[in-house]
Amino acid sequence: MKNRSLSFWLFMTPTLVALGLVVFVPFIYGFVYSFTDWNGLQANSFLGFENYIRLFQEEHFLNAIWFTIKFAVVSIVLVNVIGLGLALLVTQKLKTSNLFRTVFFMPNLIGGLILGFIWQFIFVSAFNSAGQLLGLEFLQGWLSDATTGFWGLVILNAWQYGGYIMIIYIAYLEAVPQELMEASEIDGANPFQRFWKVTFPLVAPAFTISMFLTLSNAFKMYDQNLALTGGGPFKSTEMIAMDIYNTAFSDYDMAFAQAKAVIFFILVAAVALTQVYYNKKREVDL
Amino acid sequence: MKAKKRNRILLLILGLILMLLWLSPFYLMFVNAFKTKNDIFTNILGFPTEWTFDNFIQAFIDLDFANSLFNSILISLLSVGIIIIFSSMAGYALARNTSKLSAFLFMIFVAAMLIPFQSVMIPLVSIFGQVEMLNRWGLIFMYLGFGSSLSIFLYHGAMTGISKSLDEAATIDGANKWQLFWKIIFPMLKPISVTVMILNLIWIWNDYLLPSLVLSANEATIPLKMFFFFGQYTKQWHLALAGLTIAIIPVIIIYFIAQKHIIKGVSDGAVKVIPRNK
Repeated sequence: MKNRSLSFWLFMTPTLVALGLVVFVPFIYGFVYSFTDWNGLQANSFLGFENYIRLFQEEHFLNAIWFTIKFAVVSIVLVNVIGLGLALLVTQKLKTSNLFRTVFFMPNLIGGLILGFIWQFIFVSAFNSAGQLLGLEFLQGWLSDATTGFWGLVILNAWQYGGYIMIIYIAYLEAVPQELMEASEIDGANPFQRFWKVTFPLVAPAFTISMFLTLSNAFKMYDQNLALTGGGPFKSTEMIAMDIYNTAFSDYDMAFAQAKAVIFFILVAAVALTQVYYNKKREVDL
Repeated sequence: MKAKKRNRILLLILGLILMLLWLSPFYLMFVNAFKTKNDIFTNILGFPTEWTFDNFIQAFIDLDFANSLFNSILISLLSVGIIIIFSSMAGYALARNTSKLSAFLFMIFVAAMLIPFQSVMIPLVSIFGQVEMLNRWGLIFMYLGFGSSLSIFLYHGAMTGISKSLDEAATIDGANKWQLFWKIIFPMLKPISVTVMILNLIWIWNDYLLPSLVLSANEATIPLKMFFFFGQYTKQWHLALAGLTIAIIPVIIIYFIAQKHIIKGVSDGAVKVIPRNK
């Protein structure tokens, strides 16, 4: 018995130590320091909730939260529509299905930073050029204000992430029993009815997963934000992750940034848990 | 029957249009990387009037590409290697031990997935800075910490498919836990190891934020170097795009060689993140 628990700890120690030192110690350390005037090295006085009161009065932080929520909501709808649409297309047993999957998924292998730079070129230069060519005014001046910055991020995210979510929907679409589809066809259901009444309920679990992923992905987005707009113009497109980074490493306001980081954790955890709980409730089982 | 065939052709055309749409950002990056500065200014959408390789040569030098590629490979491979070794061990131990403590530890690893990086980032840098571990070895250790949760979760799930009688048979034959794991269990975990490898590799290879906080300039990985490079060449798109092209070519080549494994790995991983209802 003694020997058994020894081997258990031998197997557990490396990951436990790493997780502890990298995630839990900093998490607790950060939580405690968010109530002080910590400057990154030392804390001189305990401030209570002062940092937290201040952050809810900081208009810029509230804007970043609002911008992130708007982005998350629009992204969930768009990415899931695109993901499911692409998945339906590539599961039609076309000869080119594999090629399509490969191409649609490709952006996910390239980091958000590099994708952001590529799209910066497209929005700023290629859009401008196409706009002049086609005489379309709305294609000009992209990323120069908060609105086009917002839609730029949405488009980049949909292009990148649609193929990822597609993969998840494919896994569930391929598990839909063929007999069910045939039976409903014999019963006279048209393709549209078959999709809404048979396929859609059966891929609902995929929606749970993809909604969870899209949401947490949207909330934690940093690289794309940094590379595409840099938060500009005038911080109008800064999302929460970038705001925390800038508060800490540009303004060197460490304790204040850490208080924002604690709020960020509560927000992400609450959203993720609520979302999984509600989606789990309305899924159907085979 | 005729209608079905027509639908199939329409779907094929739709697919091809979408594929071109998906590839268009890469097309724009690629053709403009071959243009001169003036050519980009007047002709963004078309092919170069004159193809030039000079951009690539200068970008290759300024990106210090050989060095940053080496750093990226070293850090990614070592990190993924230790994640696979240590997470498979922990996943095995947690799955085979049915005590309350074991269940609690598993829960701790899963709970850690809810903590966003930004929530621990500032103290992490502060703590590791105080013990002078803001370097590539510290970074690899951090990747083990951040990567272990999902990896252990996946290994733990895969263990339920491996019969306990195997453990018993090997133990009767005189194997200790260490031998049992590495000789019998670990080889059977190969499919999930491939998934764990792919998921962690994509993440670590492309990670920008953590290396930017931890690494010094001569240890810079490709994304980190790209950030500095891009800042240097703002508005000089011919060089910037050549640099971006160089950076993504290795990934694209590997993707087209191993696309089936990669898509399957991502699919298995993503679908298992939240276990199905039964």
